[in-house]
Amino acid sequence: MADYKNEFGWFAPKPTVEKKIYSLKAVAVGLGIFLVVFGAPLLLNMGQVHPVPQPSLDTPAIQKLAEKERQCVEPTEWMRANHMQLLWDWREQVVRTGERYYTTSQGKKVLASLSNNCMECHSNKSQFCDQCHNYVAVVPNCWGCHLPKEQNVAKAEGK
Amino acid sequence: MGINRRDFLKLAGLLGLGGKAAFELVLPGEVEAAVAKTQATGTRWALVVDMRKLTDKVAARCIEACHSLHNVPNYLEPPDPKLALSEDLKNRWQIKWIWSDVYEHAFVGFEQDHQWDKLKGMNFLLLCNHCENPPCVRVCPTQATYRRPDGIVMMDMHRCIGCRFCMAGCPYAARSFNWRDPRPYIAKINPNYPTREIGVVEKCLLCEERLAQGQQPACVEASGGALIFGNLNEENSPVRAALRAHYTIRRKPYLGTNPQVYYIV
Repeated sequence: MADYKNEFGWFAPKPTVEKKIYSLKAVAVGLGIFLVVFGAPLLLNMGQVHPVPQPSLDTPAIQKLAEKERQCVEPTEWMRANHMQLLWDWREQVVRTGERYYTTSQGKKVLASLSNNCMECHSNKSQFCDQCHNYVAVVPNCWGCHLPKEQNVAKAEGK
Repeated sequence: MGINRRDFLKLAGLLGLGGKAAFELVLPGEVEAAVAKTQATGTRWALVVDMRKLTDKVAARCIEACHSLHNVPNYLEPPDPKLALSEDLKNRWQIKWIWSDVYEHAFVGFEQDHQWDKLKGMNFLLLCNHCENPPCVRVCPTQATYRRPDGIVMMDMHRCIGCRFCMAGCPYAARSFNWRDPRPYIAKINPNYPTREIGVVEKCLLCEERLAQGQQPACVEASGGALIFGNLNEENSPVRAALRAHYTIRRKPYLGTNPQVYYIV
């Protein structure tokens, strides 16, 4: 029965095919090139130490504030860890509910606005925002619409 | 055995798998009943355009005030002549929050064989009607456009995925799609208001950012009295007074969207 074979070969035993990599050389070369290209960033950066970003807090608006008042809407440590969540919450709050003010943990009312509040003090986007974002390769898409105002501030200060 | 596509679609429609559209086929009137009823309390913003005072000059001033405040790109006359678009694209890509057009275009469905001469070619100031039953809100799959309790049909640019269903839904062509990055087409950017990105739909938001500060919309302020803005639910508001005193028309009211921009002709 096993050897029965009609014209379509339905009941014929499975033909055995020799297992072998054809053109092994070309495959190996291709694989090598792929590994070099793919691993290049890793290899090139191996052993190098990149300086940890030091976001600058030195802007005229911050300098103008009295030493005591020189703080963000929330404590610095908290802001460092949660500013993205805060901005996300502000965005929902302002656009969806129309409530434009945020009450800080100290009970102060501040305008919930990236361009019109955050960037007023931190007018140095490239020094303050981009440094860390570039370091950790995070690309927030806020700046597609919201204006950083950096150039305007620099112009106003005569730089 | 098996089922062909045609039969499957018919069955799916019957079983309600076709979503709201199928539902509407089976139970007509169901969707209509679900839309918002007119509220009688609280705030309901509305605009009255006094066409007796609205000259082309005033209209141009209103448009300029709105578009410069909200960073609306000018595809018709870009600041850099190198960015000029072809005639065809100018028409298709134009972004307008508030614009003017002739009576015959704005008030389709009002045609009469013999009508008031003055209406012929009269330039009307058009903008989003902030409808009571906004079709754009009904069709938006992400709820990027929604109706606020005070009647403003809002856009949440963060949620807009650029599907343009709302543009198809809007019977007033009050929505525009950003086919490219608008920033190079803005002559002077207002740094206090965000621009838009490529791939989102935008429209008039009735200056909700100015309303929050207790100000009037920019067009109303620039119009010098030709535009009247106020709360419809307030007995003594200027809009109610204007509507009481004058005969007004609205754009395409027969569609049931209940537009809230009134025109005194």
